[in-house]
Amino acid sequence: MNYWRAVLLVAARDLKVELRSREQAVTLLFFALLVLVVFNFSFDFTVIDFVTLGSGVLWVAFIFSGVLAISRSFQLEREQDRIQGILLAPIDRSAFYLGKVAATVLFMAAVEAIVVPVSVVMFNFRFSGRIALVVLELVLNTVGFAAVGTLFAAMTTRTRRGELLLPLLLFPAAVPVALAAVKTTTHLLAGRPFERYASWVALSAAYDLIFLAASVLLFDYVLED
Amino acid sequence: MIAESGPAVPAIEATGLGKRYGPVVAVESLDLRVTPGESVALFGPNGAGKSTLLQLCATLIRPTAGRLCLFGTNASSSDASALRRRIGFLSHQTFLYEHLTGLENLLFYARLYALPDPVSAALESIRAARLEHRRDDRVGSYSRGMQQRLAIARALMHRPDLLLLDEPFTGLDRPSHARLEATLEEERGAGRTCILATHDLGQGLRAADRVLVLADGRLLLDRAARGLDQGFLEALMTANSASGRAAS
Amino acid sequence: MAGQPSGSGWMDTTERALDLLVALLVPVCLYTIFQVVPTEEKMGVVQRIFYFHVPSAFAGFLGVVLCAVCSALYLWTRDRRFDRVAHASAELGVVFFTIVLLTGPIWARPVWGVWWTGEVRLTSTLVLWLMYAGYLILRQSAENPEQAARWAGVLGIVGALDLPIIYKSVEWWRGLHPKVLRVSGGQGLDPAMGKAFGLCVFTFVLFFTALLIKRCRVARLEDQVAELTHRVARRSVHTEPA
Repeated sequence: MNYWRAVLLVAARDLKVELRSREQAVTLLFFALLVLVVFNFSFDFTVIDFVTLGSGVLWVAFIFSGVLAISRSFQLEREQDRIQGILLAPIDRSAFYLGKVAATVLFMAAVEAIVVPVSVVMFNFRFSGRIALVVLELVLNTVGFAAVGTLFAAMTTRTRRGELLLPLLLFPAAVPVALAAVKTTTHLLAGRPFERYASWVALSAAYDLIFLAASVLLFDYVLED
Repeated sequence: MIAESGPAVPAIEATGLGKRYGPVVAVESLDLRVTPGESVALFGPNGAGKSTLLQLCATLIRPTAGRLCLFGTNASSSDASALRRRIGFLSHQTFLYEHLTGLENLLFYARLYALPDPVSAALESIRAARLEHRRDDRVGSYSRGMQQRLAIARALMHRPDLLLLDEPFTGLDRPSHARLEATLEEERGAGRTCILATHDLGQGLRAADRVLVLADGRLLLDRAARGLDQGFLEALMTANSASGRAAS
Repeated sequence: MAGQPSGSGWMDTTERALDLLVALLVPVCLYTIFQVVPTEEKMGVVQRIFYFHVPSAFAGFLGVVLCAVCSALYLWTRDRRFDRVAHASAELGVVFFTIVLLTGPIWARPVWGVWWTGEVRLTSTLVLWLMYAGYLILRQSAENPEQAARWAGVLGIVGALDLPIIYKSVEWWRGLHPKVLRVSGGQGLDPAMGKAFGLCVFTFVLFFTALLIKRCRVARLEDQVAELTHRVARRSVHTEPA
């Protein structure tokens, strides 16, 4: 079976089940919005500039709901050890991995697409920059986060302390993309020229490539048992 | 009597096969040869290694010792993924997604196995499972018996040459039980290689040409089913279960 | 029999020699740090922590790199010995990083007035410490030792790949702030200090190695005990076999 078709198949199934059950997607969204609300109460944004803090607020929301999204993606397989059904199939294990990453990125992107406009409204922010760059930056950093998170989640969701273990492993490992994300978003919100944050964008892209490649090669070892 | 003729390539060939999880030994020094078309019953007390052996043959897990070849290909090689096209696995777990409909579940697996016409294959399978009237209902709403029927359809849809069954009768009511037995008879008649792990000695003896008994990860017995006495098997199992060993 | 160094004769001798060397060097080192080396003019006595802080960082990094290499080798060969070394290296890495993270603030507070300087190396060390603490917890949480070894192997490699990227990203992050301290023993370091520093690094690395060898031996014995226990259990009564 064609490798990329397998990836699409796994991703599509994830999406379909999620849309059908609607359990997790809604929780993700409301969790992210809740984070925004908490920050809105915590700081006086009439005094503090959204440009200064906004990036941090947004990425806290995305990272925490991201961890939920990633563990959700493996909860699906846990019941009845459904993952075995996939493992029995004549597809590459790494195709399964990429399919999962793709589905997770789509979920996180959906949350981001709603949360960003909501934050603009909630914090009375005037955005003058280029939307395309915002989208690029969101996608790059989300992919990096999801890539490493999915690799780790494949291990942690099978342990007793899985829910605690996933953030414990993921947060340090994702420090580079977290830093890149916050820095880039700050520059974007402030409307600064691309040269100021081009190196951060390059870092995100490099991180994505390195860890997607590494995970594709290493995923077999995680599942093989 | 096993036929002399038949293809030279064995369906399963295990040499010194072993699987251990750290200090725990699940399967040890197993030598086995199964010719295509054979029907094998796998008996053994709990913890004997039956599930492990079946999972090894399904390439779900990798051996830690020895060699395992399926249809002539090494199960640990990178070609193993293509091998899985020819393997069907059924346990008491259904591998079905509750939120998807019966048809959607089969369609997913049909596509996963790259069947030439996934839609008609799925439709055909659901018809054969006599679940056509419920095909657009979520699997979560099916009864256990219906779920198992669908699971069987899923396992057989890609017409595997090797069928591995890990106590699939667990929790089935009478009619579903009978139906599964009938399906297995059909598959056997169609020349598929079947390995059935079961606690039901009588059923195993009826369904198989050959009997394997595992205990403590080792092969105790490997004989033709014909002429094998059920009572003898029962005694063998008791002697090798945990409590039996303490007594001896 | 248990607890004795096993293996061939020359390994025994090497281990004993190493132990002896470390036992000699540590007091020499301590003496050097506290008596021989001149007091640094600006920072005073506290500066002597430098001789613990930086060599510990060296040892910690050695642990991380060794863990990564052995993780890759384990995944390739499935030889348990590599896994034991990887595990022990990670443990020692965490220990030495703990020393770095404790001595850092102790040094910074009297000298610069702040507990945490946000300095690049210290921050990166904190991130690595968290990651390898996670590595140890993951190993513990696996279902069986074989799975633990495999997963740890993957994590060890990912950790090593991440190391330079983490460092770079923290460096860029802190880039706007003036460097609060220059830790490297570059120009301006008294030659006596330089020699003492070299001695300390050497001692710490040897100490690391000695501990590593012992920890690996303990791990091997643990494995043997587990295997024997299991073999005995298979022969006797047990309520419900695994």
